[in-house]
Amino acid sequence: MKKYNKYFLVTASLLILITPSFAHAMHIMEGFLPPVWAAVWGVVALPFVIKGFMNVNKIVKEEPNKKLLLALVGAFVFILSALKLPSVTGSCSHPTGVGLGAILFGPTVMSALGIIVLLFQAIFLAHGGLTTLGANTFSMAIIGPLVAYGIYKLLKKQGTKGGVAVFLAATLGDLATYVVTSIQLALAHPDATNGVMASMVEFLSIFALTQIPIAIAEGLLTVIVYNLLVEYKKEGGNLIENLQ
Amino acid sequence: MKTFNKNLILIALLIIMVIVPLAINKNAEFGGADGEAEGVIVEVSPNYEPWFSSIWEPPSGEIESLLFALQAALGAGIIAYYFGFMKGKRNSADNR
Repeated sequence: MKKYNKYFLVTASLLILITPSFAHAMHIMEGFLPPVWAAVWGVVALPFVIKGFMNVNKIVKEEPNKKLLLALVGAFVFILSALKLPSVTGSCSHPTGVGLGAILFGPTVMSALGIIVLLFQAIFLAHGGLTTLGANTFSMAIIGPLVAYGIYKLLKKQGTKGGVAVFLAATLGDLATYVVTSIQLALAHPDATNGVMASMVEFLSIFALTQIPIAIAEGLLTVIVYNLLVEYKKEGGNLIENLQ
Repeated sequence: MKTFNKNLILIALLIIMVIVPLAINKNAEFGGADGEAEGVIVEVSPNYEPWFSSIWEPPSGEIESLLFALQAALGAGIIAYYFGFMKGKRNSADNR
């Protein structure tokens, strides 16, 4: 069990280190949020991240049989954020991959995994940024997972089939991240004559519109992994049985 | 339906999702969406100066794509390890 932990840490840090900048079209660029907004989003994101690290710690300590699954959801985020996909708008963006982990482990666990990725990218890969870390964490590692988790729970309660619920949760969680990014940029950069709403429309037309087909692709990819997890639920343990 | 067949259909859908944008926008640049956002910021607040810049940047597009391929390969490695491990677990349980 100890060995898994070590593997997870080593591969996770390797992956974080080499995550390239251009793969992350969504993060707000370094220096592009004024200091006030940088601070606001940092303060808002902090409690979620702290809770996330506490939860990751708890899983590693109390449920060591889930560590391999934790590595899997982390690896899923890395792969998906490397997949720069073309969109019908003629530009590219990439999925986030946080939906799968949010459904399995709850949203705050993904806040912890997400901020690690964002932080190292900002330091080593010129992507996102240290000054925009709070804002990017809020969109990708807090709101995205929360939306995915909430939609999954809601649909399951209504008796929606597992695969359909996972698809919608992952797709809408992905889309929510980019909507939040657009709102954050609009608040910080309102249109000079027409205000926040006008520039929000501009940013949404770039981020959210581009993201729609990519969010659907994320939904499909998440269901593929979900199907495999269900196939091996007996071997994979009780967490996956809860999924169905 | 068997998991394998279900996933085969999903993968086919995924490939269509990627090819369709390329087919219908033959002359588009397919640049990053963040670059476009930068353009909008310059437009709505022309006086805005980024007050902080990145500490380090990959020196070239080649280095970026090297890191990019490595990232995807390592992530895929972990996922393949997980399911290979599960399959091995099942096989050894079946043989017992």
